[in-house]
Amino acid sequence: MEVSTEIILNALWETLYMVSISLFFGGIIGIFLGILLVVTREGHILENRVIYRTVNPIVNIFRSIPFIILLVAIIPFTRLIVGTSIGTTAAIVPLVLHIGPYFSRLVENSLLEVDEGIIEAAKAMGATPLQIIYRFLMPEAFSSLILSITTATIGLIGATAMAGAIGGGGLGDVAITYGYQRFSSITILVTVVILVVLVQAIQEIGNKLERRVRRM
Amino acid sequence: MIEFHQVTKIFESNGNKVEALKNINLTIDKGDIFGVIGFSGAGKSTLIRTVNLLEYPSAGEVLVKGKNLTELSKYEIREAKKDIGMIFQHFNLIKSKTVFHNVAMPLLLSGYNKKSVEEKVFEILRFVGLEEKAKNYPDQLSGGQKQRVGIARALITNPSILLCDEATSALDPETTKSILKLLKRINKEYNITILIITHEMEVIKEICNRIAVMEDGQIIETGKVFDVFANPKKETTRNFVKSVIRDEVPKSVYQLLREKNHYSRIFKIEFFGANSGQPIISKTAKVYDVEINVLFGNITELQGIPFGNLIVELIGNDHEINRAVEYIISQDIRVKEVTEDGSKYRNNIKCVVGNTLHG
Repeated sequence: MEVSTEIILNALWETLYMVSISLFFGGIIGIFLGILLVVTREGHILENRVIYRTVNPIVNIFRSIPFIILLVAIIPFTRLIVGTSIGTTAAIVPLVLHIGPYFSRLVENSLLEVDEGIIEAAKAMGATPLQIIYRFLMPEAFSSLILSITTATIGLIGATAMAGAIGGGGLGDVAITYGYQRFSSITILVTVVILVVLVQAIQEIGNKLERRVRRM
Repeated sequence: MIEFHQVTKIFESNGNKVEALKNINLTIDKGDIFGVIGFSGAGKSTLIRTVNLLEYPSAGEVLVKGKNLTELSKYEIREAKKDIGMIFQHFNLIKSKTVFHNVAMPLLLSGYNKKSVEEKVFEILRFVGLEEKAKNYPDQLSGGQKQRVGIARALITNPSILLCDEATSALDPETTKSILKLLKRINKEYNITILIITHEMEVIKEICNRIAVMEDGQIIETGKVFDVFANPKKETTRNFVKSVIRDEVPKSVYQLLREKNHYSRIFKIEFFGANSGQPIISKTAKVYDVEINVLFGNITELQGIPFGNLIVELIGNDHEINRAVEYIISQDIRVKEVTEDGSKYRNNIKCVVGNTLHG
């Protein structure tokens, strides 16, 4: 039995839905934690050993759990948040918890790349820590952050392929249920081609945006 | 204006204690251009950073306009910092923002919006000569232009103090000169007290009125630039002075000393200040029976006063040469004889002359 165009389109929509919603929430969490990981480290503008030593291992823990396991391990939590543990929306909760910590590391790296001299200049001007973050650190790291978001988005697309395990749907799910379990090579080929095109397009957009921001 | 009272700064890392500043006492007067010179690691950067609390002193106090900043509240410290501009060796501009935005930044931090500060930003950009670069980004500027942006940014809040941390060290000599000129203008026109940290004696020579020499976390010598240049007491200071005024005798002079076939003696005459304006050479040649041959000279200007040395060959008989030298010494000018092995060099000729005259 071959897969219909409608099923493919529907799966594509599910994938985009999962990616965009979890990118939004995961992005907020990632930026917040990433900033926290930078400014609370030793010698930085809001040095705070307790916060750093709490957040850092938590991020590591989430980063070390394979997504397919995280997906099923947090089912009770998922039910608590969205009221169900099955379906596309249910897949978003583990996706957020997966991408947030991952993205926070990327944000951390981007912010650490900012020249320390800029922070020193900001301090000399009498900027508050909050002003240093949004007037100096974030603008200076902006182009690098765009590339980080691009990387995170592509990582998310990969992760959504596993959402089928809890009935999340999406392109990956179609490839497994129709392609693998029903021996439809053409389905696998079609989904793979769509995913490749999707990833290429996102990377291309990310690069273009980064160049435009950095250009100047 | 700025007073350091027994300032000590200790850095601790991995149980290692490094004393970057040891008991510093220093006063910088209002309206002065004060230079602190030292090799890297001498602690001068740490010293300047204690003024605007980029570094907190471990002991002692730094008074800015009579106030100890560490005793103020966080808000008051931020306000006080707006009265202290700072420029840096690597400029530290925000690369993602235009020149205009960079210069406006200190005002934006105080809550003004871009539109309301436009006039002020352009006024200051005009002052540093970068009005037409307002829309450019830092990467599109040369090093000298970047530092001008840095200066404009430092001046936008009308500070009464400007801290310069190796501000010309990343610039070529030509650009350095133009930046120093600009700093001098700032000092004159806005009556801003300038504290300069540098390892280049050229910078001190060019614009400073007073100087402190730092070594190993301590101030080893301080005073008016002219006095320190004329009478460096410590070896480090002497080396710094040598870097702008060569005082060693060139090899060619020794060569000449060996090859000459007439009787003559070679002397180094050191000029400090106004007496170098006197036509001492021609006067000596006129009064005494000696020919004077200038072999080598190194005269520079320090705050408008000539400063340096001349190496001359005196040709004549010993008696006349001694009389001539004594005459020069009597004019309050230092004279040293240059000998082939250099052994007498540095000895004051006075005793040599005395011995020949009386003995």
